Amino acid sequence: MTAAKTIDPKRIDRVLARHPQGKPTALVNLLHDLQAEFRYLPELAMEKAASYLNVPNGQLFRVATFYESFHLKPRGKHIATVCTGTACHVRGAPKLTDHISREFEIPVGGTTKNMELTLETVNCVGACALGPLLILDGEYHGNMSPAKLDRTLKTIKRG
Amino acid sequence: MPIRFKINDVAVEAKPGEGLLDVARRNGFSIPSLCHLESVPAIGACRICLVEVRRGRRSKLTTSCNYEVLDGIEVSTDSPEIRRHRAMNLELLLARAPSSEAIRKLAAQYGVSQPRFGPIKYNPLPNCILCELCVRACTELGHHALTTVGRGDRKRIGLPFNKPADTCVGCGACASVCPTHCIPMTDTLTKRAIWGQKHDFVRCSECGAPVITKKHRDHAIATKGLPEDYYDVCQSCKQIATSQRFAAIVW
Ligand code: SF4
Ligand code: SF4
Ligand code: FES
Ligand code: FES
Repeated sequence: MTAAKTIDPKRIDRVLARHPQGKPTALVNLLHDLQAEFRYLPELAMEKAASYLNVPNGQLFRVATFYESFHLKPRGKHIATVCTGTACHVRGAPKLTDHISREFEIPVGGTTKNMELTLETVNCVGACALGPLLILDGEYHGNMSPAKLDRTLKTIKRG
Repeated sequence: MPIRFKINDVAVEAKPGEGLLDVARRNGFSIPSLCHLESVPAIGACRICLVEVRRGRRSKLTTSCNYEVLDGIEVSTDSPEIRRHRAMNLELLLARAPSSEAIRKLAAQYGVSQPRFGPIKYNPLPNCILCELCVRACTELGHHALTTVGRGDRKRIGLPFNKPADTCVGCGACASVCPTHCIPMTDTLTKRAIWGQKHDFVRCSECGAPVITKKHRDHAIATKGLPEDYYDVCQSCKQIATSQRFAAIVW
């Protein structure tokens, strides 16, 4: 992975230093912090975190792969999350994922080569009345249509 | 103070904190199980060791491996209801592990030959029932080379960071405790292949048989304070040597 090579270990160490060393209970918090720094959990960061907290690699990996909120692959600068919960689904969520997939040439879960956009899905965020719903970088956009999508995503660079 | 209670109307004793399954077995009661070993923590994963526990007027079905014994409980290890639940659980396990000999045999004892469910869509380690016995054994031995990865219907057994683990010594404990024998491990005279690595064997200096992987030997000698030459000769050659020494003394 080329992305992993460009990770600066000093950036990892700075995040680690904000947490108590040798305290396995800090695991989830530390992983959240590392993800905030890198937008995903680089392998090197996970390995350093495991030895810093004195937990086995396996235990850390179990936690990191258990929670949906942790990402083990590099993610783009922008995150487009399409709600595919039941309400959004019947209101046309599949059209939205298809449209973004086609326009940006990425599958669900994928990231564009230029690292600009990642396409993800979520199962209901409790805003069903607004469906179908797109969440772009944390901001909710309701009643989405492919045409509206083009407008919302127009500033994101293709490639 | 020992804990006193009854299993199938027979009075038994146990130490506080003991698991019901261990106590039952020690007293000669047989309860089927797939995911329990006395030497590793019980997690109640396979649900086959179900028994009925009555406490006063309340009664419940519970897994016995991870049930801590209590004073005065009355346990039944078999009943039509227990068998019905075990049969159901075996049917589910059979759907996950359709070609496991051990599961097929046990299921057949409960009248289950063909599961109504499955085949399951995702099981990268075919026949794995996710009982985590392998993970627990490896962890208990201090190697920490295995873990569960993911959750729900994507859960699987795997290696930390999906790559061969430095801490795996090739001891083979995971493969040997696995109830469905689903962990691939291939031994030749000189090498053991397991979990994406090839480990060299130490060969018996008498008969040439493989004794233990070199990495496992180094780990065992370092952590258990054994003599350097402890694994140079295999168990059976050691026994022969002992009996010869013994014979020399006697005659
Ligand atoms: S062979 Fe490796 S993974 Fe299996 S129990 Fe031994 S150390 Fe753990
Ligand atoms: S590999 Fe075997 S021991 Fe490990 S979880 Fe699967 S069935 Fe259980
Ligand atoms: S289904 Fe999309 S918000 Fe509920
Ligand atoms: S042996 Fe008790 S649940 Fe598996």
